Amino acid sequence: MTSRIETLDAQALGFAASYEVIVVGAGHAGCEAALAAARMGRRTLLLTMNLDSVALMPCNPSVGGPAKGHLVREIDALGGEMGRNTDRTFIQMRLLNTSKGAAVQALRAQCDKQAYRLSMKYALEAQPNLELRQGTVVDLLTDRDVSNADDRPAANARPRITGVILGNGARIPARAVILTTGTFINGRLVVGAKTQPGGRTGEGPALGISDALARLGVRMRRFKTGTPPRIDARTIDYSQTTIQPGSATPRYFSADPTAHEEILLPPGRPNPVYPIPPEAQTTWRAQLPCYLVHTTPKTHEIITANLHRSPLYDGTIEGVGPRYCPSIEVKVVRFADKERHQVFLEPEGWRTGEVYVQGMNTSLPEDVQVAMLRSIPGLERVELMRVGYAVEYDYAPSDQITPTMATKAVDGLFMAGQINGTSGYEEAAAQGIMAGVNAALYARGEEPFILRRDEAYIGVLIDDLVTQPPTEPYRLHTSRAERRLLLRHDNADLRLAPHAYRLGLIGADRYEQVERRRELIERTLTGLRTTIFTPTKALTARTEELGLGALSQKMTAAELLRRPEATYAQVAALASDATSEANCENESCLPMPDALDDDTITEVELRVKYEGYIRKEEMGAQRALQLEDRRLPETFDYRTLVGLRNEARQELERVRPRTMGQASRIPGVTPADIAILLIHVERQRHGQRQRA
Amino acid sequence: MRPSTEVAQVEAHDAHDAHTDTIVAIATPPGVGAVGIVRLSGPQAFAIGRALFRPARRIPESVYPPSHLLTYGHIIDPNSGEIVDEVLIAFLRAPRTYTREDMVEINAHGGPLILRRIVELALAAGARAAQPGELTLRAFLNGRIDLTQAEGVMALINAGSDAGRRLALRQMQGDLSARVQAARTAALGALTRIEASIDFPEEEVPPPDPAELGDLMAQARDEIAGLLAGAESGRILREGLRVAIVGRPNVGKSSLLNALLGVERAIVTPIAGTTRDTVEEAAQINGVALHLVDTAGLTATDDPVERLGVERSRTAAREADLLLLTVDGSQPLTELDGQVATDLHALLGEEGAPVILVMNKADLPRAINEEEAQALWPGAPVVHTSALERAGVAALEEEIVRMALGGAAQAADALVSAARHRDALRRADEQLAAAQATLANTLPLDFVSVDLRAALEALGEITGESATADLLDRIFAEFCIGK
Repeated sequence: MTSRIETLDAQALGFAASYEVIVVGAGHAGCEAALAAARMGRRTLLLTMNLDSVALMPCNPSVGGPAKGHLVREIDALGGEMGRNTDRTFIQMRLLNTSKGAAVQALRAQCDKQAYRLSMKYALEAQPNLELRQGTVVDLLTDRDVSNADDRPAANARPRITGVILGNGARIPARAVILTTGTFINGRLVVGAKTQPGGRTGEGPALGISDALARLGVRMRRFKTGTPPRIDARTIDYSQTTIQPGSATPRYFSADPTAHEEILLPPGRPNPVYPIPPEAQTTWRAQLPCYLVHTTPKTHEIITANLHRSPLYDGTIEGVGPRYCPSIEVKVVRFADKERHQVFLEPEGWRTGEVYVQGMNTSLPEDVQVAMLRSIPGLERVELMRVGYAVEYDYAPSDQITPTMATKAVDGLFMAGQINGTSGYEEAAAQGIMAGVNAALYARGEEPFILRRDEAYIGVLIDDLVTQPPTEPYRLHTSRAERRLLLRHDNADLRLAPHAYRLGLIGADRYEQVERRRELIERTLTGLRTTIFTPTKALTARTEELGLGALSQKMTAAELLRRPEATYAQVAALASDATSEANCENESCLPMPDALDDDTITEVELRVKYEGYIRKEEMGAQRALQLEDRRLPETFDYRTLVGLRNEARQELERVRPRTMGQASRIPGVTPADIAILLIHVERQRHGQRQRA
Repeated sequence: MRPSTEVAQVEAHDAHDAHTDTIVAIATPPGVGAVGIVRLSGPQAFAIGRALFRPARRIPESVYPPSHLLTYGHIIDPNSGEIVDEVLIAFLRAPRTYTREDMVEINAHGGPLILRRIVELALAAGARAAQPGELTLRAFLNGRIDLTQAEGVMALINAGSDAGRRLALRQMQGDLSARVQAARTAALGALTRIEASIDFPEEEVPPPDPAELGDLMAQARDEIAGLLAGAESGRILREGLRVAIVGRPNVGKSSLLNALLGVERAIVTPIAGTTRDTVEEAAQINGVALHLVDTAGLTATDDPVERLGVERSRTAAREADLLLLTVDGSQPLTELDGQVATDLHALLGEEGAPVILVMNKADLPRAINEEEAQALWPGAPVVHTSALERAGVAALEEEIVRMALGGAAQAADALVSAARHRDALRRADEQLAAAQATLANTLPLDFVSVDLRAALEALGEITGESATADLLDRIFAEFCIGK
């Protein structure tokens, strides 16, 4: 390995003799990874370059939104921390897409940026089996030297990770290592003509790891992302803004009620900086509103006049940025006909006047940032507190990982988060928890844990990464999921609790609670199917009164519920006051609505009312499902498989899918190629059977 | 056989088999042979076979359908009762069949149009058009055939994927492609509006306007209806293959045309060219309809009358699925021959239709330098003909079928692929109708998107495009997204 560092005895520095899992980086991926491994009882070390930046939100201190909010609920169902930590620290919570269908509703929270990181740090410190240390990893240890990248060993002889080396020279042995280094590998910050090395503002880049990855044969590419300026809340003219209050009804991410309390900053104290008009005040929890303003033609003029000073347009920035998060200069150029763009002013916490300017993501020079902000009505006298910037960083194209988040280059080395080319705290956390679980399983030689696309958004996310390496920073959208109606944020527990319990990520209490709910849902569904209404004058009068129309023939409660305007509450009420007419085998077969929580009613209504749509989604995925779980042998040399087209050969060899389902989603692999693969798989199976 | 046993067997078979759909395919190579076979395989094969078949003599229900026996009767259109063909049918009960599934074999009088019609009736009755090689694939997966035979399947599937796809692409050019794309664009437009508002609720995405969504769906359905009604299928199958005969004057293009039209084949529909410069005729070669376009010249000219002719010739060459570049084998190449080839190269570009080099006038002593002639179109197959004496015409026909359809197997695929297109279009239309109903019932947008996705999936079977990737592209192109 590298000889420039003097070797130190790690145990003398207080480290354990060996760890089962080491996590490098304590961002959103790293925190979930370390917590998951530790919760599964593995001796875990979490290393961060800066303990004050644990779970930092360098961009918008916001969690959730469509698909992202679903991920948070799934992380929570797997015993993860992001949902709990958000509940403890949010300053505003909203439910989005309320009218667009139950499956696409999602929570979005605005967090207190400082409280969030402190609260997460506390959760890490409170976790048994987990050590949290500040330290910079400068190299990776493997069981064999792979100094020549051109001379990569064959798959069966790839190196195995054995530990990490810190900047102080300590060599720390580990069974598994998870890299969650975010934007820190060869990070470069850009504001106007000024560039400096760094992963986030005020923090330097991580350099040693990229050399180690290069040596081990991991390919790196470059992406860019950016963040808007932050402004001083006291210099905003609120009279020219439109206020955006938080939810009036209580809403939380986590199913764990102990997390619903704000632990660090008790609510109810008046905030001295932000005006909260009475209509924006909520009784269930103190919340801060956000404020909406708009750019003007003058703003666009300033941007256009200064485009030559934009590093995006003068060629300074070469990395590919995300289309869903363009800078304001890109928006003004691409949508030149739009007279104004909306800008949300979002408080960064209870104890700060720093405000995030959502929609003004930019890397224009500082003076231009000030000028364009001041051209916005309401911000005429605004003061800048922190300048917006772009960051370019290295990521490892994700065809280099497997669905377990393990790298293909090095056994026992896992990667999660932005290093895989994704963006977003939630996407990072979701990969983190899966990497943590799989590293923990790997460390003890146990079977890996993989979620399917029809089981969880986490499965969609990771499958997308593995089969279709993104060409821009990857963000999850609900439209990427084939089985959207089943992957709702309100049933994440039902979908994932059995896995979480089996893996040791959640306790028996929580698991049993979920199973009780599942049982209640099944019982209610059975009740709906077996409760039969016989049309009588009285009953028809009652259904018409409820707006459900007439009852012309015998029908089950489920059939009645399928009428567009019918609700479970109505049907249950009808069943109870018409017990003499309703023929139910079991008296308690239709629970009264007040005996069920809202999520349970949603689940029941959806499964009954929209059965046809759910079935249609299933049919769409059915043919894929026939193939989905059929395993592809790891020994296949696709380059020599007879019958495949060249393009398919190359893509299959590069991605090395685990299942037929994955193979079928690789761009460039056609149904004909899949048919041919099937034949080869069958042939191999026959061959093995004959030998056996 | 007692009916109860039959039910039990079918169910047992269902339970053990992963394939839940029933597929249909033409099993014989195309051509106006004596007999053509259509095969159905899968759990619904018997039901579909019974719906389409009317036995000539009344057979008692207790012994119908007899397994592994040929029964004489007619294929009828179950909707109109119209007789489609006189056939021998065999109901083959699983597992003693080629695929180890229930199968029906229909031995018809052949003729591609009749076979296609039978396939379409089966599709309408609930079957799915088989992918190339799928029957054999099922046979293999169900353990019916061995590995050596499976190697053969690979070749077939592979041929289907390459040559077949090229052909499908060619089919897709022009009118059919434009209309499928128009339908897809409209449906994708509706989905884009819905998905943008769902995935970016806090952006300046206008809430989808139900009226606009309805318009887009209606537009998509109109395009599909146009395709289904007017076209009955793609241009190739409606109009046949478009073959252009190209060459300088006096190489014998017209007599070549007549030779191709005249040998044993019936002229189906002669269409007189509207100018003296291009003549279109229709012929059938091995059951594949051909249009012959005799083009006068491709070189630009100043004469306004001639210019009109040249323009028509150029269009004919551009739209052709296959070109016969004709030279006079009894004379050395002339400058004009070179000019025609150069113009053709320029006209067709890189991805142009295939070309066959025809050396005509083989009845006269050969004076042409073959190497020079081949250089006109490197790689093009060469066929020697004597149009006057009708010699070599059969070889040319074979070459035309081989080049245009990639061989006999692909010709069969071509027929099925058109039926497959129609099948996909019908399903797309059903899903769009469902989307309209969902929208009219004011169900949440989420459900409209389930229907729209199903419609786009069906259209994607024709165009090979995935909705998800295009959807995000369109959202980002149409809406200013960016927090």
